Amino acid sequence: MSPTAGKSLNPVPIKERMKLPRQAMLEQPPLLRASNFKEVNLGYSEELARREAQRCLECAKPTCIDTCPVGVKVKEFVQLIVAGDYLGAAAKIREDNVLPAITGRVCPQEDHCEGGCLMGKKVQPLGIGYLERFVADYEQRHMDKSTIRRAEPSGKKVAIVGSGPSGLTAAGDLVQKGHQVRVFEALHELGGVLVYGIPEFRLPKQIIREQIDYMRAMGVEFETNVVVGKTVTIEELMEEEGYDAVFIGTGAGAPQFMGIPGEHLNGVYSANEFLTRINLMHAYEFPKFDEPMLDFRGKPVAVIGGGNTALDAIRSALRLGAGKAYVLYRRSEAEMPARIEEVKHAKQEGIEFHMLTAPIEFVSDSKGWLTAARCIRMQLGEPDASGRRRPVPMEGSEFELPLSVAVIAIGTSANPLIQSTTPGLATNKRNYIEADSDTQRTSKKGVFAGGDIVTGSATVILAMGAGRRAARSIHEYLTTGTW
Amino acid sequence: MFKIQHAEFIAPGIKRFVIEAPRIARKQKPGQFVILRIYEEGERIPITIEKSDPVCGTINIVVQSVGKTTHLLNSLETGDRIRDVVGPLGKPSEIEKFGTVVVMGGGVGTAMAYPTAAAFKRAGNRVISVVGARSKELVILEREMREVSDELLITTDDGSYADKGFVTDKLRQLIDAGTQIDLVLAIGPIPMMRAVADVTRARNIRTIVSLNPIMIDGTGMCGGCRVLIDGKSEFACVDGPEFDASRIDFAVLVQRNAMYRAAEQKSMEDFQSERVALLAKVHAECVLQGGGK
Repeated sequence: MSPTAGKSLNPVPIKERMKLPRQAMLEQPPLLRASNFKEVNLGYSEELARREAQRCLECAKPTCIDTCPVGVKVKEFVQLIVAGDYLGAAAKIREDNVLPAITGRVCPQEDHCEGGCLMGKKVQPLGIGYLERFVADYEQRHMDKSTIRRAEPSGKKVAIVGSGPSGLTAAGDLVQKGHQVRVFEALHELGGVLVYGIPEFRLPKQIIREQIDYMRAMGVEFETNVVVGKTVTIEELMEEEGYDAVFIGTGAGAPQFMGIPGEHLNGVYSANEFLTRINLMHAYEFPKFDEPMLDFRGKPVAVIGGGNTALDAIRSALRLGAGKAYVLYRRSEAEMPARIEEVKHAKQEGIEFHMLTAPIEFVSDSKGWLTAARCIRMQLGEPDASGRRRPVPMEGSEFELPLSVAVIAIGTSANPLIQSTTPGLATNKRNYIEADSDTQRTSKKGVFAGGDIVTGSATVILAMGAGRRAARSIHEYLTTGTW
Repeated sequence: MFKIQHAEFIAPGIKRFVIEAPRIARKQKPGQFVILRIYEEGERIPITIEKSDPVCGTINIVVQSVGKTTHLLNSLETGDRIRDVVGPLGKPSEIEKFGTVVVMGGGVGTAMAYPTAAAFKRAGNRVISVVGARSKELVILEREMREVSDELLITTDDGSYADKGFVTDKLRQLIDAGTQIDLVLAIGPIPMMRAVADVTRARNIRTIVSLNPIMIDGTGMCGGCRVLIDGKSEFACVDGPEFDASRIDFAVLVQRNAMYRAAEQKSMEDFQSERVALLAKVHAECVLQGGGK
């Protein structure tokens, strides 16, 4: 089925392809979507997908694959789209990525596949993310899951701790090798950060459920309401429940606060709490769902931070009726870690970006409710450890910004639950788990780790890359028995 | 789904549930709690575990009807199912031989203080328990507390049973009588714990209280349950729920617990009119999920 370089099915001559415009994603109009939680991007039609796929230059040495953390064979799946074999394209992606409908929506493609696309040097890169999403959604609508074949049982059991992107990826890869895989999740719903962190308008819950149902069909077992470290320890899983290996993919998990006065005020949230209320607990559907959210309709709301989490939070606030919605970021827009598409979408929706601005104190009324943030302007100095120019406060530039709600989205730190209950598990000085960057092995025999609990806050696809590497080395460990 | 093996009211508005939760029962230690969610649209609420039976695989919780979720929970009966129960969460109580320990339970807090009182007794402490309630019928666990205490004192606000007054009156009397108190554990409504802290702070008696702020995940992930301890944020779900009372900023605790009062009132009003329909929905979920985990 896989076309070879010599026999391209693409009717467009190579020379002409660069002249074709990148096909735009259909999306909800900004003013409409700013008042609902439905998905912003509506997806490609078959026709748009084939037209976009025809832009692919079919490079002899495709750089889009090397830049993908899980190594999706982009050229091959795009060629299958050109050929009209969408299920074949989905199967091709699935060889390397068990969550295509998710990565197609939330990957920062500009940093990976599309960043590596040769066309991007002259014109707009191939819409690889959009194509991946198209294929994954097509698969969901048309594939008969009962045809999924299960591998011959290996007789080995693997426990996966956490059902976020790294855990699901490791589970999917391992079950295909015939291992019995069980995923333990602390919350009542599966998906980890995909469920509690990423809002409906960017990644609908239904998509996550479908991807997980697919994994169930592959044979992966799931158990919710298990906080490993509390409900059961890693050692108990291995010694009493007979797991031959454990993968820890619990995410970073603990919110960072700024350490400025007033963070305990009513109306000040961590991004984790704000988003968990909205996403996991459906507070935006109160009173149909019981979890409440403050009523800040018509009132000013700000998020502090410049990453995807910050934009998810402020765009959620806008949808809940915030009168003003600000992003306060201490560096400039060039340093913002958020996906380009999210920044574009947020601006279209009317979010105000205040760059080089940081709060130094939260101010309240006499009853402890937030009324304002005292802020200071910054300027960029010399590059810091991250390679980005360090923000330096400008003396005398303080000002007060009236606010009813402030959401702190400046990153996360390591949640110590597992480290503190697993003897022999080495951690670094910031309490993240030490794991080999290639094999994901920890200091404890049979225990592997990957994702944010090893690296600190990163992206879905980087966590998936770690899950993939871990699965490979877990399989090797289980088949050879050598540590 | 977690099956309710047994449910019965032990006082007006206060119900005890025996819930099948084998993993939790195996690991529970005094002072720890579970978070539960009754049905798909429900919120997650923390409730301290009264005791557990690792052999039968059950845990007991005692619930007082306060808001919508606790009212709905207390409408459930033997044989019903709770959608999600997770735990045991939080740090266990610090149990050692302190000497003389005064265990104070206010209202339903008595059920939460009970397992730790029993553990204090087993560790060789002299346990003086003080149980308080608004009135006679709200005095709970009297027999159980008596069993694990060297001395049991009871107060009711209205004097309808035992001595009229507050638990703090008894504490003051003990102190005034020259009782050497090495540790106080107080669990109950915030004003009661705050009043106890005020009595013991002046006399330098180490005092532990168990806090119950608004929580969501219970694993340290969201930070919603942060409390000010010596001016610094700590998370009740993982750093607590027990804290040294003298270090707690009670004013901030009260302020943060009031954050969703308007929404809570609306939920409660809606619940009054939707109670029957909601119960039917919960029962339907039980059937749909087939009870199997």
